[in-house]
Amino acid sequence: MTQVLINAPKTAKKGEVIELKALILHVMETGFRPGTSGRIIPRNIIERFTASWNGAEIFRMDFSPAISANPFVSFFAVASESGKISFRWTGDEGFAVEESVAIDVA
Amino acid sequence: MAQAGADKRRSGYQDMGAALQKMQDDDTANPGMLFVQLGQQLWAKPAGGNNKACGDCHSIGDMKGVAARYPAMSKDGDKPIDLEGRIRLCRTANQQAEPLAPESREVLSLAAFVANQSRGLPIAPPADPRLAPFREQGEAIYRRRQGQLNLSCAICHDDNAGKKLAGVTIPQAHPTGYPLYRLEWQVLGSLKRRLRNCLIGIRAEAYPYDAVAYVALEIYLMDRARGMVFESPGVRP
Repeated sequence: MTQVLINAPKTAKKGEVIELKALILHVMETGFRPGTSGRIIPRNIIERFTASWNGAEIFRMDFSPAISANPFVSFFAVASESGKISFRWTGDEGFAVEESVAIDVA
Repeated sequence: MAQAGADKRRSGYQDMGAALQKMQDDDTANPGMLFVQLGQQLWAKPAGGNNKACGDCHSIGDMKGVAARYPAMSKDGDKPIDLEGRIRLCRTANQQAEPLAPESREVLSLAAFVANQSRGLPIAPPADPRLAPFREQGEAIYRRRQGQLNLSCAICHDDNAGKKLAGVTIPQAHPTGYPLYRLEWQVLGSLKRRLRNCLIGIRAEAYPYDAVAYVALEIYLMDRARGMVFESPGVRP
């Protein structure tokens, strides 16, 4: 059960600059902390976040262990055409989540 | 979340900066909402010997106002129980499922989903007379000096609320937003966890997980916050 919250406008004017915000549930375990047993808890982070608009990549970000749990990403894009904006998170332990929203550009 | 008129009580919400207030108010930026969403899925998931989900017995609409009046007496009526305790009890007694660990992600998420139904309602502890001795016990703990620093809850949260402890504003300790997301914890946490934090902060020994003392304190604090706006899932620094 992966939890994602996305905040994107449902409609936009062509050429308009819109803000896209994405929040995901993830522990972002740094790999530097010892657990209760005294052993280091293995690193478990999201390594990469990408966003694409109708399949074409518009934003990419590499994550590091210093980024907090449940990372929140906000960025801007120019509304070009109607369709689907997809958000994809990939990381350690085979983590891969994709979520998309529809947008109507007039 | 401000209180009306001459009421001088302040939610912790009012003591934090505009950026954090905005984070709490925006359901797509409030990380607590991730857990509410998770709780919603767990609510619908059948479990245990009866293979029933929470939602098979309870309509979520009926949960409106529930969190704003907990803790309450348990059904057998010998001790009070908080919302998370109630969920755990329902899980073993009614669903006949394996118990959920206290303060586990599952319990906190379910509690957050239920608590979220009461958002915006006034805190309204029940008038049950059986709660009175526990409320008194809670108040006694609140006013009792303890720990190596020899502080009571009241010394900080009544006498010095609004002043600074290191760089942080001391809140009035009204439990308006639990379970809530503390940025310091990077996860959703219970009021019990907050109380344990404070106990450790004054270098007192934290009570065991299932101690009645926590629930007694919760009853007193909720009564103290009676009428204030319930805002779970809150966000706090």
